[in-house]
Amino acid sequence: MILTKAQYEEIAQCLVSVPPTRQSLRKLKQRFPSQSQATLLSIFSQEYQKHIKRTHAKHHTSEAIETYYQRYLSGVVKDGAAPVLLELANEMDYAPSLMARIILERFLQEHEETPPSKSVINSMLRDPSQIPDGVLANQVYQCIVNDCCYGPLVDCIKHAIGHEHEVLLRDLLLEKNLSFLDEDQLRAKGYDKTPDFILQVPVAVEGHIIHWIESKASFGDECSHHAYLHDQFWSYWNRSCSSYHVTMRKRMGNQQSY
Amino acid sequence: MASPPGAEVCKRSGRCSGRSASGSPLPDRTGHLAAEPADPARVSSRQRQRLRLVALVYSAVMAENLVPNLFLELYFVLQLLTARRMVATGDSHPDPGPGAPDSVGSPLFRNVHDCVFFAVQVLERQLQVLSYLDKGTLKLLAENERLLCFSPALQSRLRAAYEGSVAKVSLAMPHSAQAVSFQPETDNRANFSSDRAFHTFKKQRDVFYEVLREWEDHHEEPGWDFEKGLGSRIRAMMGQLSAACSHSHFVRLFQKQLLQMCQDPGGAAGVVLGEAPDVLSMLGADKLGRLRRLQERLLAPQSSGGPCPPPTFPGCQGFFRDFILSASSFQFNQHLMDSLSLKIQELNGLTLPQPEPSEDEGESDVDWQVRQNGGERRQFAVVMLSLRLLAKFLGFVAFLPYRGPEPPPTRELQDSILALRSQVPPVLDVRALLQQGLQARRAVLTVPWLVEFLSLADHIVPLLDYYRSIFGLLLHLHRSLVLSEESEGGMCFLNKLLLLAVLGWLFQIPTVPEDLFFLEEGQADGLEVDIEASGRGLDSVPVVDQHLLYTCCPYIGELRKLLASWVSGSSGRSGGFVRKITPTTTTGLGARLPQTIQGLQAQLAQAFFHNQPPSLRRTVEFVAERIGSNCVKHIKATLVADLVCQAESLLQEQLVSPGQKEGDPAQLLESLCSQLCPHGAQALSQAREFCQKKSPGAVRALLPEETPAAVLSSAENIAVGLATEKACTWLSANITALIRREVKAAVSRALRVQGPEPAARGERRGCSRASSLAVCAAISPLPQPQPQPQHDSSSLCSCPHQDVLALAAGPRDPEEGVSPEHVEQLLGQLSQMLQCRQYLCPPAEQHLAKCSVELASLLVADQVPVLGPPAQHQLERGQARRFLNMLLSLWKDDFQVPVPLQLLLSPRNMGLLAATRPRQWDLLLFLLRELVEQGLMGRAQIEACLGSLREAQWPEDISKELATLFSLFLAEPHIPEPQLRARELVQPNRGTVLAQS
Repeated sequence: MILTKAQYEEIAQCLVSVPPTRQSLRKLKQRFPSQSQATLLSIFSQEYQKHIKRTHAKHHTSEAIETYYQRYLSGVVKDGAAPVLLELANEMDYAPSLMARIILERFLQEHEETPPSKSVINSMLRDPSQIPDGVLANQVYQCIVNDCCYGPLVDCIKHAIGHEHEVLLRDLLLEKNLSFLDEDQLRAKGYDKTPDFILQVPVAVEGHIIHWIESKASFGDECSHHAYLHDQFWSYWNRSCSSYHVTMRKRMGNQQSY
Repeated sequence: MASPPGAEVCKRSGRCSGRSASGSPLPDRTGHLAAEPADPARVSSRQRQRLRLVALVYSAVMAENLVPNLFLELYFVLQLLTARRMVATGDSHPDPGPGAPDSVGSPLFRNVHDCVFFAVQVLERQLQVLSYLDKGTLKLLAENERLLCFSPALQSRLRAAYEGSVAKVSLAMPHSAQAVSFQPETDNRANFSSDRAFHTFKKQRDVFYEVLREWEDHHEEPGWDFEKGLGSRIRAMMGQLSAACSHSHFVRLFQKQLLQMCQDPGGAAGVVLGEAPDVLSMLGADKLGRLRRLQERLLAPQSSGGPCPPPTFPGCQGFFRDFILSASSFQFNQHLMDSLSLKIQELNGLTLPQPEPSEDEGESDVDWQVRQNGGERRQFAVVMLSLRLLAKFLGFVAFLPYRGPEPPPTRELQDSILALRSQVPPVLDVRALLQQGLQARRAVLTVPWLVEFLSLADHIVPLLDYYRSIFGLLLHLHRSLVLSEESEGGMCFLNKLLLLAVLGWLFQIPTVPEDLFFLEEGQADGLEVDIEASGRGLDSVPVVDQHLLYTCCPYIGELRKLLASWVSGSSGRSGGFVRKITPTTTTGLGARLPQTIQGLQAQLAQAFFHNQPPSLRRTVEFVAERIGSNCVKHIKATLVADLVCQAESLLQEQLVSPGQKEGDPAQLLESLCSQLCPHGAQALSQAREFCQKKSPGAVRALLPEETPAAVLSSAENIAVGLATEKACTWLSANITALIRREVKAAVSRALRVQGPEPAARGERRGCSRASSLAVCAAISPLPQPQPQPQHDSSSLCSCPHQDVLALAAGPRDPEEGVSPEHVEQLLGQLSQMLQCRQYLCPPAEQHLAKCSVELASLLVADQVPVLGPPAQHQLERGQARRFLNMLLSLWKDDFQVPVPLQLLLSPRNMGLLAATRPRQWDLLLFLLRELVEQGLMGRAQIEACLGSLREAQWPEDISKELATLFSLFLAEPHIPEPQLRARELVQPNRGTVLAQS
């Protein structure tokens, strides 16, 4: 499905410094009733990620971390049941899941002898029950379930959507009777980098020749086109051919797929 | 023998700025002055005689190849023809006195008239060579007014040659950088010694193309420097190629990419002006042709550096040269030389199809023509151009350590270098290859690449014994290539002309000693090979055409530029010539017209082949070529034979019928042909049918059994299309002639049987031109373009779970909540999805399992915020129990991953329950018992969880309640009436009950 650039920009405009909560998404849905929730969430998520990438560094200075941690501590001392961490994240304009990670990391540093490993932290974020402090566990859990852009839950949802789209794409290819090699077959053949599908017999779509298809199942804005081009698509081009095709959940109207 | 003094004028410098020894006036070509009109009448008769004589000698010297470079001499002659006026040199002699007008010392050319007269005299004797030049040059020559004025006869012959010429040469070198495709046989993990080597190479491949793309984007920008821009990245990449085997992999990629980008087999569809093909297709074929010519005029270098430029690396070749220089890796160079040498030997030894000596004249003739259409020449051109490219780079790398701008300064230094160098074995035994080539009469293939190799040698190389003997052989060959000698089985004219051009160029390269050509003469005796050996080789096959000649020797095009600049009169400005360029626009850019189906099909076929192993393409082309040829034979044996039979019976009728007996055989033939030739039209449909029937089987037989069905059927369809195209193209052009010839033979046979009268009279008239039968359209070989896939995402497993959990965890707005219907629907969906499993992947399922446990905890703790009247903000107990039952059945029957049920008793979830007022434990107890009952959790497991729960820090009252729960759970191993027991727990002042118990 194709969205015009103007429509896209209008949506993106509404998303400037909006916290990644379901309330924000609901407002967005009311404002753009003609767009599906999936599209809006995808755009929201991408815009928000761009925002976080820009501001990420300033939340990770040791001063900032210390300030957040002290605020958290004083907050929970006052009322452990209040959404202290979530509100802190919203106030600081930072993703709740990421804020939770900062505080958790800081907390563990204080309470354990050895600095916590990444895998320990990840596993605690995935399952806050493992967090030794009950109040913090609840706070972290609240952040994760209320964050619609970051966090283990969102990652898993994205992964599932990606998987689902791959399955859909495969069904479509089978339905259209196109012969293809999928990622697993390519890997078995020893390809070093693999798109989702290589067409054994290329097809033409709107006058462009398509050799392979990569399903991204996310909104294809200019920035992500560019990033994927750099990270993946050139690699495929280097191995396969000059033309590729990417299916995205939606794609801007004036964007070329090569 | 020395070339005439004039030739020296332009020899090294490429323009007439030198000085002749006598200080006589010089022809001037710089365009500051208007051209002086030349008049044959103003050449004195004495001067005429003298110039005629010199021209005679000069032409004879040229004809016998006693000049190093034929084209340089022609260039000189054309310079004379287009001289604007004579300018006096500074120390010019006073006019020679009348007493000694003919003295040898007196200047040969006294004025423009003399120059033009002499030039025309020479050109008259070089007509044969001239007529093989490209059409554009011929046109300019034929239109030259001076030439017309001095020799109308020559002019009319040139015009005739121009009109008969089909040699339109386009020198635009389209290239589109296509990457070398990944071929599992050579590129997969099995070909590498370790995972690390494999992954290193994977990265290198990406870096290589990144560098290549950056070069493509930037190398034309002023101020961009290869070394500065890319040097360090290239070296970093080369530094990672530690293992020898990685080097060979990278070299293979490098060499393949080099071949792919730099050789242009006959200008296959290239990108014009970098535009997208769909924009260009709007122009239509005719305009597109013009656009290509315009692009060529704008982009092709106006001057390739004079008629004898030093070796260069034009276009993409520059990238590969600079890459080698920047990499400056000894290992890379060595591997590259190994690889190039091997490929050169392989290609040089390739058996290129030759016309078999035929039993039946007609047959081989048909075969040859079919094959010529199908690219016999193209095949040769591809092989030869590849060889030249590889040899050039081999020479470049091999002589790189020795190359310097200047020859060694002193004799002694030179001798010591010679002693050092003469014991180094050659990188490739080119002498042996040359000797073999000469013996096998394949000089036309071997010599051009050898010349490229030698052109990159350093100053010392021609002095080394080994290479000296090679130069001796080449000189000998050069002398033997006399253009006017055309013998049966000898070398074809254009083949000779190509060899003369490349050899002449080589002899003029700065690193080759100037006197080599004149001094080495006769020293080749010892190494003489029997070039005159009989037997037909590649040399006697017309494999070279003008396009190849001009591709290999772009400097021949200087002749044309010289003539063109005369026409425009602006020779001063870098030889640019102005012609009218009509602007055209791509109308309706907005509405994109659909690309022509054929164009798209051709592109699709190309794209298809690109990603398949090369053997697939070779097979398909081979099958198409053979089936096309067989098809023509078949048509000849069936359709044409039938027509001949008909002709014979018709003839019989006419001969038998009285009154017709004395008919003119020529008339008879005409009438028969006019009756029968129209039947030739059937040939096309029969050919189509034949190719359709025969090709697929052949492709199937030749491709591996394991070829996927879709690939196989596409290959078959392409083979059918190509074979049909070949056969139909030939048939539509020749079927009428074929029928005529066969009928004619039959008629003369019949007449010979009939009577003694000679049937040969009408035969000379020969065959008419081909009828204009429509060329059949190729059958579309690939699936039709597909519309873009569209789908409605039925995302079943996305965020509704998160929403419920987030709502429960708060904070929430007062109006937010979940309806029981929503929870029910959610659980239903979950069950459906888990049963269908199509979109599930293990991580997602694990997360869903976890979420479902969280939901159960919320239900047990009565923490699901229910929508509805404000009074009733909690889920009804019965409903909660129903949901728990649903969850239990999900866990039991639907989840295939382990469900983290122990989380129900995690301190955090227990905290949820502990936070509710009033606390109600019945649902938890119910759930725990059901878990045990349904075998989802063991008693021991639950006891362990409860045990560890009690160790945690809890407020006093909760600790007590937990203890009670624990004992209740332990006390009732068989759960006779769970509901009853639960109700007992839910007494309003439950605290006292618990305390009492």
